[in-house]
Amino acid sequence: MTGYALFLGCTIPARQPHYELAARKALTKLGIELVDMEGATCCAPPPIQSIDLETSLALAAYNICLAEEADLNILTLCTGCFESLTIANRILKGKRELREKINKILSNVGKEFKGTKEVRHYLQVLMDDVGVNRLKQNVVKPLNGLKVAAFPGCHLLRPSELLRLDDPERPRIFDMLIETVGAKSIPYKNKLRCCGGLLRGYADDVALAIARDKIANAYNAGADCISTLCPFCFLTLDLGQMLIKTAYKEEYNMPIIHYAELLSLSLGVAPKELALDFHKMKVDKVLEKIG
Amino acid sequence: MTEEKPLDFAREITGRLGGETITRCYQCGTCASACPVTKTTERYNPRQVIRLALLGQRNDVLKGDAIWLCASCYNCQERCPQKVEVADVIYALRNMAIRGGNIPAIYTEFAAALMNEGRLAPMSKFLEKKRAEYGLPPLKPANTEALKKILAATGFDKIMFRKEGAT
Ligand code: SF4
Ligand code: SF4
Ligand code: SF4
Repeated sequence: MTGYALFLGCTIPARQPHYELAARKALTKLGIELVDMEGATCCAPPPIQSIDLETSLALAAYNICLAEEADLNILTLCTGCFESLTIANRILKGKRELREKINKILSNVGKEFKGTKEVRHYLQVLMDDVGVNRLKQNVVKPLNGLKVAAFPGCHLLRPSELLRLDDPERPRIFDMLIETVGAKSIPYKNKLRCCGGLLRGYADDVALAIARDKIANAYNAGADCISTLCPFCFLTLDLGQMLIKTAYKEEYNMPIIHYAELLSLSLGVAPKELALDFHKMKVDKVLEKIG
Repeated sequence: MTEEKPLDFAREITGRLGGETITRCYQCGTCASACPVTKTTERYNPRQVIRLALLGQRNDVLKGDAIWLCASCYNCQERCPQKVEVADVIYALRNMAIRGGNIPAIYTEFAAALMNEGRLAPMSKFLEKKRAEYGLPPLKPANTEALKKILAATGFDKIMFRKEGAT
């Protein structure tokens, strides 16, 4: 049994319990122990980095300190959290002057960033701790015939120099994990291009145009669903389709489904045990297809 | 400010966290052709933002709309042949713009949520109930006391919630 400090972040627990539920069920089934963190704050993602990079580093470091004290590595679900925490962890481990500066800030709350722990996205935990072979052995309900447009999102892969999770131009891990649960990861146009999610709230029209492009590309490639890892991607593409319907008079009815949900289904979790009512685009077609 | 030489602005940017690499840019445009936003709207082109910054056009850059249109996808940064950390440069410019009082409304909302709840997406009664129904454990609250001390130490509260004025 491998244990991790579960860093939930802001969005998943308060907006997307379907992601959290599916992830907890699947990871527990696979023998990963999740320890809920006490007092964790926002990871300080791009919106806060836009306001002040130093504050963002300090907040990320604070959260990493909590895991250091608990003597656990961090596991994230949200790719945004993965990015913020990993970048901070690697930068602060590498740059002494900056680390000292941040530690001076943290001394106000009795913390010190030591740089003894790792931040891992749950895909890495599936690949490295569980492994493709053991994962396959645990699949009781292979998602045969399901055509999935995999969308890893930006902040799983880039900046690759610091994240080092997969090849940024030809990533394989996410597709491999989709195929391991029996589905087919299909090619589609501009697969690695951003969903535009971070522009929501500032330039909604631009964000929507970018999201529409992604959904249309998956649709035209014949996907049964788009699979996501990031709660912002999910929101942008799921809720986004309702906005697209109003703005462009187009209906795609493309189910957006977190990989954790596909994984849970393949491990034998019944659909009614998952919070599928949190999807704006109904996933019934996906459920029918996998029978 | 009228006395400012073009290079002063560039120097100020390279002195900031995230801005260090801006002067390596040789204007090839690889970033712009990798940018999903540039493909979608004429309002934004990362190469042009960098050009204006290197020309010392402080007001155009920091008071304008362009720097807020980066989606932080890092595709440009991945591909820049000069290893300009384009997305991080944009963060540095935003940090400077905010200090100068150019704060888009949505960022004030983010900052307020962070300061009050310690999280950008505050918990609701509805979600608390839903979580319980699904057997999810209650969400552990953020340590807002520690958070406030950190925000005070970095000056975050002052950056965000002060009167518009001098840079
Ligand atoms: S694709 Fe969108 S939501 Fe996902 S990581 Fe990129 S910007 Fe964030
Ligand atoms: S790709 Fe790099 S060098 Fe080329 S214009 Fe963009 S920032 Fe400058
Ligand atoms: S990080 Fe910003 S500038 Fe760079 S490609 Fe993405 S949206 Fe364009």
